[in-house]
Amino acid sequence: MEILVCVKRVPDTSENEITVNRDGTDIEREDLVYSVNEWDNYAVEEAIRLRDTGGGSVTVVSLGPEETEEVIRREMAMGADKGIHLMDPVFEGSDGRGVAAALKAEVEKGNYDLVLTGAQADDGAGQVGGMLAAMLQWPFAALVNHIEMSGDGILKIGREIAGGNQEFSEIRLPCVLSIQTGINEPRYVGIRGIRKVASLEIPVHGTAELGIPPEAVGEVGAKVKRIDYFVPQLGDGAEILEGSQEEIIDKLIELLKSKGGIK
Amino acid sequence: MAQIFAYILHKDGVLDDTALELRAAGATLDPEAAVTAVVTGSAGDLEKVCKEAARSFDTVWKVENDALAYPNAEVIRPLMKRLLPKNSLVLLPHEHFGMDLAPGLSVALEAAYLPDSVAFEGMEGDVLKAVREEYSGMVRTHVRCNLSTGAVITLRPGAFAPDERKDKTGEIMDKTPEVFQEGLPEVPRRYLEMVEAEAGDVDITKSEVLVSVGRGIEEQDNLEMIQELAKAMGADVSCSRPIVDAKWMEKSRQVGTSGKTVKPKVYLALGISGSFQHLGGIKGSPFMVAVNKNPKAPIFQVADVGVVADILDFVPNLTEKIAESAK
Repeated sequence: MEILVCVKRVPDTSENEITVNRDGTDIEREDLVYSVNEWDNYAVEEAIRLRDTGGGSVTVVSLGPEETEEVIRREMAMGADKGIHLMDPVFEGSDGRGVAAALKAEVEKGNYDLVLTGAQADDGAGQVGGMLAAMLQWPFAALVNHIEMSGDGILKIGREIAGGNQEFSEIRLPCVLSIQTGINEPRYVGIRGIRKVASLEIPVHGTAELGIPPEAVGEVGAKVKRIDYFVPQLGDGAEILEGSQEEIIDKLIELLKSKGGIK
Repeated sequence: MAQIFAYILHKDGVLDDTALELRAAGATLDPEAAVTAVVTGSAGDLEKVCKEAARSFDTVWKVENDALAYPNAEVIRPLMKRLLPKNSLVLLPHEHFGMDLAPGLSVALEAAYLPDSVAFEGMEGDVLKAVREEYSGMVRTHVRCNLSTGAVITLRPGAFAPDERKDKTGEIMDKTPEVFQEGLPEVPRRYLEMVEAEAGDVDITKSEVLVSVGRGIEEQDNLEMIQELAKAMGADVSCSRPIVDAKWMEKSRQVGTSGKTVKPKVYLALGISGSFQHLGGIKGSPFMVAVNKNPKAPIFQVADVGVVADILDFVPNLTEKIAESAK
């Protein structure tokens, strides 16, 4: 199978505190550690496993600025055969539909049987995969946590639904699947792996190469626009226990006892 | 404003909790609007569901077919495209079905897609100002969504307070003939079966005291300190999603919308940031204590008591003190 995996470079929420900048126009991006979106990493791992058992190739594509290349290269070090970088100044400010439109053009340049995305991103809402499928007029399934071949041109897939239950269906190829975390255990990528792919060429495609009108993407084409960022205040907030650790522990034990938390 | 539709989820003849949240959200969009409920399904429960929906919505559009017995987004999307008038506003819950149906539906309808809204803050002309969350709830954003060419809007379950009044006597209109005039659409994805999550050794939905662990535990070997604390407290151990994804604990121990819904008296959240998916699995307003090294973790907004500390350092000392005090 020829598989394309769409990945995104995002601030790593396990490594960073995410805060809002002074005028609320963006998050504070200085000193942020970026990595590949967690869900996408599971999707790449799944693609590599499918290729290793059934043959074919894995291509990783990502849309974003210059630095996006690091993420593509990291996923190539995991085992993807090729990388493609979608970059163009007019992509700036695209909504989900703009990103999906650029990806659609890239999919149509290739000969793919299967396109995988992450089910969502930390700074998104799980929209690009479903939009891309609809634009290609391919079938789609969201939140996929199981994939197996099931005869010619058919995959058997599991979707994660409420309460940890799993919904099984058969889906026709070519299709787009959005991958849920936990579907596999993504392999570790060491420095040596990244060095191995350091000199591989990653083609860069902009709107000209993709053959799409600039007004289909970017802020001009966007129907949904972000205005500002703020920090929510959900509840009254916890009473934060202060003092030495010993004092905190004594107070906490007293509270837990009074609420029946220590039997 | 264009016509507003709410796609109603139902199971075993009962409306999903989100149905009344969609009603409330529709009224927020336009207090004057008559919101239409769209109910699809197969004979049997469908009539009952439509009657129930008619008590909360001005109009109910019913679509009935055996192929709709199980809600398969790949079947329902082309039918919705046939059914809905141009420039419609469509409301759906942002859960596993909504996430499956909605993005593609917005493309099919050539409408805007506004995913996972937690609040609406009014209209400016054709433009809706809405609130979304990013980075697991650590920050929120205001977004503007242009509704002039229609929109598909998914709502975070639980974010809009349900409108529980049963004050409507909506007309039930059977749209089946209209929708199936062109026959059943070709179905590229066929539903096979549902497999229920395996039951674990402990049923955390019945636990009175839960010690719950998240990403802050860092390594599998560190889980032992959580077991020891739970043992000293006489509590059961549960966890958040990353622990299950890493295969360190059974799925049956996971608290959250994709795991179990728990109702303990006391909930001790250790190294859990507090995503809405996790908090969505905690009901019954327990006494909640959060320990997290990040003072900005969203869990501190909803917990009763917080401790800003690294659990790897704090937990062993807490266990020791509890064990001592029990002597």
